[in-house]
Amino acid sequence: MITLIDYGVGNIFAFQNVYKRLDIPTKIAKTSQDLADAQKLILPGVGSFDFAMSQLNGSGMREILDELVNEKKVPVIGICVGMQMMGNRSDEGKLEGLKWIDSEILKFDENLIQQRTKLPHMGWNDVIPVNNHPLFRGLEKDAIFYFLHSFYFKCNNPTDSIAFSEYGISFSSAVNRDNVYGIQFHPEKSHHYGEKLLHNFANL
Amino acid sequence: MLRPRIIPSLLLHDKGLVKTVNFKSPKYVGDPINAVRIFNEKEVDELAFFDIDATVLNKEPDYVLIEKLANQSRMPLCYGGGVKTVEQAQKIFSLGIEKIALSSAVIHNSKLVTQIADRVGSQSVIVVLDIKKKLLGGYEIYTHNGKKSTGINPIKFAKELEALGAGEIIINSIDQDGVMKGYDLNLIDKIAETISIPLTVLGGAGSLADIEKVIEKHGVIGVASGSLFVFKGPYKAVLINYPTQIEKNKIFKINNSGNTE
Repeated sequence: MITLIDYGVGNIFAFQNVYKRLDIPTKIAKTSQDLADAQKLILPGVGSFDFAMSQLNGSGMREILDELVNEKKVPVIGICVGMQMMGNRSDEGKLEGLKWIDSEILKFDENLIQQRTKLPHMGWNDVIPVNNHPLFRGLEKDAIFYFLHSFYFKCNNPTDSIAFSEYGISFSSAVNRDNVYGIQFHPEKSHHYGEKLLHNFANL
Repeated sequence: MLRPRIIPSLLLHDKGLVKTVNFKSPKYVGDPINAVRIFNEKEVDELAFFDIDATVLNKEPDYVLIEKLANQSRMPLCYGGGVKTVEQAQKIFSLGIEKIALSSAVIHNSKLVTQIADRVGSQSVIVVLDIKKKLLGGYEIYTHNGKKSTGINPIKFAKELEALGAGEIIINSIDQDGVMKGYDLNLIDKIAETISIPLTVLGGAGSLADIEKVIEKHGVIGVASGSLFVFKGPYKAVLINYPTQIEKNKIFKINNSGNTE
């Protein structure tokens, strides 16, 4: 069972549809009660950092989420802004992050991006996994994923990075520390590559 | 390496899909939900839907249909047509659309771009400009399916939109629409050198070679087409088609291990 955290930000249904095709049950959590039996969590996110953080803080689920993730060690994966929220802070906003992985969210330096189009980093890009991480198990070498963002996740512990992508610089497009996972791209919109990754998360 | 995007662009009219020529004579080409299913299988980079009735008939976006499209889609979706307020935009995002294309509403009130970008993030706010050549040279923006002239210069306006917080601009050539004789390369050059946000070009593709021509010159760019991906052959039989990953890599000059040649 995968629990999708619905705090009014991000597309819950796209994830639900992927798991429906994979025949893996999902549940949508809108309240702290809904989270009580969570075994695996997905934290989606789109839009601006502060908007997403304030929505989550005001959802009534923040406290139990911290408990599930930090104490009960329930596996959780943050997607796009959901990943960025797991950091300490972001260049994009003023609010504190969840601090589930020691990191800062920084804005891409436009001067390092060679092509005419600078930001956002938008479209399909390569994702190169580190050390055959199980999240990427079985994925083709030429797997590509869909990105849409202007800020990136900078780990304070380099070993937390589990995949890299290039956009002006090489940045962490996927991270993992203990039970906490984050991916910058959108697996729910990345065809069979994304489906495979979400399947892998369910099997962890 | 970040790839260029090849984007089928589909027109919604009377709950069906149509294709126009020079923004006129819509021809029925199929059912939108079915089209999403087929494009899922073809692993399309991105899919764009434009409701060509909403603005002209002054209607609300068809939220029921939008939700069905978003739920079916395994690729990023862009929706345009009849979006005039922040609330409408937010509702469409909540249905699972990644990008909203604004058009006529922005021509009359460009601050709407900033208002929507503040709420949902610049990266999701797109402006689509319908552009026609002027008789004595230069270009002009039109609205209402190419029927209303605005007197606005698209090159200057694109720059203004970037400053206001637009995340992407789609330029749609009315003169080239459905003609399948190639893009207006001069127009693309002019807009491309003006802005640094992502640009997508639409109108005129008759073959993958037309797409390749734009990518060769502009690199990372969005290249969209309606006719090319819904018609096949000289008699324009309706048949949804799209290049394979291998064909796309050839166009992008990427070898099969994912590196540039």
